[in-house]
Amino acid sequence: MTATTPSNAVDAPVASTSVGDLVSQPYRYGFVTDIETDKIAKGLSEDVVRLISAKKNEPQFLLDFRLRAFRQWQRMEEPDWAAVGYPPIDYQDIVYYAAPKQQEKKASLDEVDPKLLETFDKLGIPLSEQKRLSNVAVDAVFDSVSIATTYKEKLAEHGVIFCSFSEAVEEHPELIERYLGSVVPIADNYFAALNSAVFSDGSFVFIPKGVTCPMDLSTYFRINSGDTGQFERTLIVAEEGASVSYLEGCTAPMFDTNQLHAAVVELVALDDASIKYSTVQNWYAGDENGKGGIYNFVTKRGLCKGPRSHISWTQVETGSSITWKYPSCVLAGADSVGEFYSVALTNNCQQADTGTKMVHVGERTRSTIVSKGISAGRSSNSYRGLVQLGPKAKGARNYSQCDSMLIGDQAAANTYPYIRSQQPQSAVEHEASTCRISEDQLFYLQSRGIAFEEAVSMMVSGFCRDVFNQLPLEFAAEADKLLALKLEGSVG
Amino acid sequence: MTESVSASPALLEVQDLRASVADQEILCGVSLTVRAGEIHAVMGRNGSGKSTLSKLIAGHPSYTVTSGSIRFNGVDVEEMSPEERSRAGLFLGFQYPVEIPGVSNLEFLRVSTNARRQAQGLEELDTFSFEDHLQQRLELVQMDPSFLERSLNEGFSGGEKKRNEILQMALLEPVVAILDETDSGLDIDALRIVAEGVNHLAGPSNATLLITHYQRLLDAITPQFVHVMAHGRILRTGGPELAHELERRGYDWVDEAAGISSRQSAEVGA
Repeated sequence: MTATTPSNAVDAPVASTSVGDLVSQPYRYGFVTDIETDKIAKGLSEDVVRLISAKKNEPQFLLDFRLRAFRQWQRMEEPDWAAVGYPPIDYQDIVYYAAPKQQEKKASLDEVDPKLLETFDKLGIPLSEQKRLSNVAVDAVFDSVSIATTYKEKLAEHGVIFCSFSEAVEEHPELIERYLGSVVPIADNYFAALNSAVFSDGSFVFIPKGVTCPMDLSTYFRINSGDTGQFERTLIVAEEGASVSYLEGCTAPMFDTNQLHAAVVELVALDDASIKYSTVQNWYAGDENGKGGIYNFVTKRGLCKGPRSHISWTQVETGSSITWKYPSCVLAGADSVGEFYSVALTNNCQQADTGTKMVHVGERTRSTIVSKGISAGRSSNSYRGLVQLGPKAKGARNYSQCDSMLIGDQAAANTYPYIRSQQPQSAVEHEASTCRISEDQLFYLQSRGIAFEEAVSMMVSGFCRDVFNQLPLEFAAEADKLLALKLEGSVG
Repeated sequence: MTESVSASPALLEVQDLRASVADQEILCGVSLTVRAGEIHAVMGRNGSGKSTLSKLIAGHPSYTVTSGSIRFNGVDVEEMSPEERSRAGLFLGFQYPVEIPGVSNLEFLRVSTNARRQAQGLEELDTFSFEDHLQQRLELVQMDPSFLERSLNEGFSGGEKKRNEILQMALLEPVVAILDETDSGLDIDALRIVAEGVNHLAGPSNATLLITHYQRLLDAITPQFVHVMAHGRILRTGGPELAHELERRGYDWVDEAAGISSRQSAEVGA
């Protein structure tokens, strides 16, 4: 911005709103549902891992998987290379299993606790038969336990499996055993190892050979408890020639303590398969002084296993106190394609270190990275990305574009692009830019009758357009509104 | 001036306006009245305060009014935000229209036009009726419709930016239009297009304030009043002949006539 400091912008008679106010809009999803939960005692040990597995009646292979992960985790160190700072996490002060008290998973929604249905209604995710979102099947996850999955029968007609992870373990153990940990191995990183040891539930998707999933699939994650860690596991497998579009949404109540969310998402695309994974992340971000909020330490990776397979990540990250997340693609199959489209917005004291890894293994693999970071308030927003071209990735290509937008004069934006190429016959392009919403741009729009907030939101959505265009239609409108809401009061 | 002109209502009244930016006084008591049907020109060197005057009228947040007042249509604008001033019918054509990447020119023009129409109690225009509404105004500024698809002012040449400003003026139908150095950086053809646009839009119920330091715009648009500014003041006011005299004798002549030597004045301005 020009010479104006926030204080004289407030003094000026015409400055109707300050940028600072614009971002500090109250969080709309901060309520807590009062429901009885089945919680185990705080703390983590081999016994706790066994207890979780026993509570879920898991087969031996899964218990073994958890125990291997736990032993691995004990030998690992928490990573400190990200450009984020937080006090040490006491892993013994976390509850590793909490589930709303209800018997088994219900065959019919009529048997689900009405309080839970009401919670999802309030979040705009109606689960009841008559109010369901048209053409989107929803798996609703409450404190890491799947409550209900809609349109299951209709999907089953096409051979599509869409259910909670626990259900998949019971009904399709052979698929779980084959694919679990095949993309994100237990020793991949500290948080992935932790997740592998203690994950409670999540979603499972299986699209059989040649099937185009007839509707969008969606998981809605809701954190409710204040002292419970959230460890979901999502696994999506698209067989030869299959395709699916999957959406993920997240919210949490406002607590003045931090909650750890360490999820793992694995995608597997076989020959000619296509998976599009979109996230609108709106976890509670903490208050304007940085108190409370979610630590979102998530590992997401897709494996383009077969030739000509295609995996596309689109994320809109607006919440969380800290975001540590790098949805990645391993491009093993020849001619496979990986994409990463990201908008990360930080405000107040939020910290985000997010980006992607594109690992080119196969010949003529292609990847595209478009990252848009918006930092307001005193927040810090970093893009961290790796493009790796292996010795066999002849003819591989990558294009990366990383743009940062600063709002106000106290926010920070960083870009850390890493490029490692072992293949001379490949091409990597990287473009980066940083801009600031200038007072003169705002004044220009205002002097054409456009209100201050609308001017900011026009510029921000203009900045994010390339990414929003990748989102499914109803999500794009949502994302646009969410960004405007998050930025309200932030410019001045 | 003639009786009939001075009898028309005052649209813009600037009274003893003093203003500063970053604690430095840059307007030292400016008074100016613009009535319906009039075209005024404010001339002066760079740094004389004429652009500051236009930004103050439009409500730029970097400039602080220290005393005096600006009344538009009889209402003091001090408490009005820039957007409220625009919706009420004040228009500032910028000397350097800023580029806004990602914001579509067409969408911007529509939102802006509707904001003004709403304030006028007119119906908002949807995408289709807006395009019809836009068509004839595009012809006025001889703008290629392909400009509408581009980001606002992004990569526009100097002349294209200025024509886009006049297009906005034509859409917003302002009561008072202030054109800040609209002629700077224009070639002969663009200057002619801009001048024709301004002349076409000038009418008995609105007024235009041209800010310029060259005579050449005034060859194409004839003002009834010419004001000469220096050092944050209006030193002289006259008819169109004043502009010709300035052209012939230079700005030093005004300083001398006002009893300020250029050296002294430089100190005042510093």
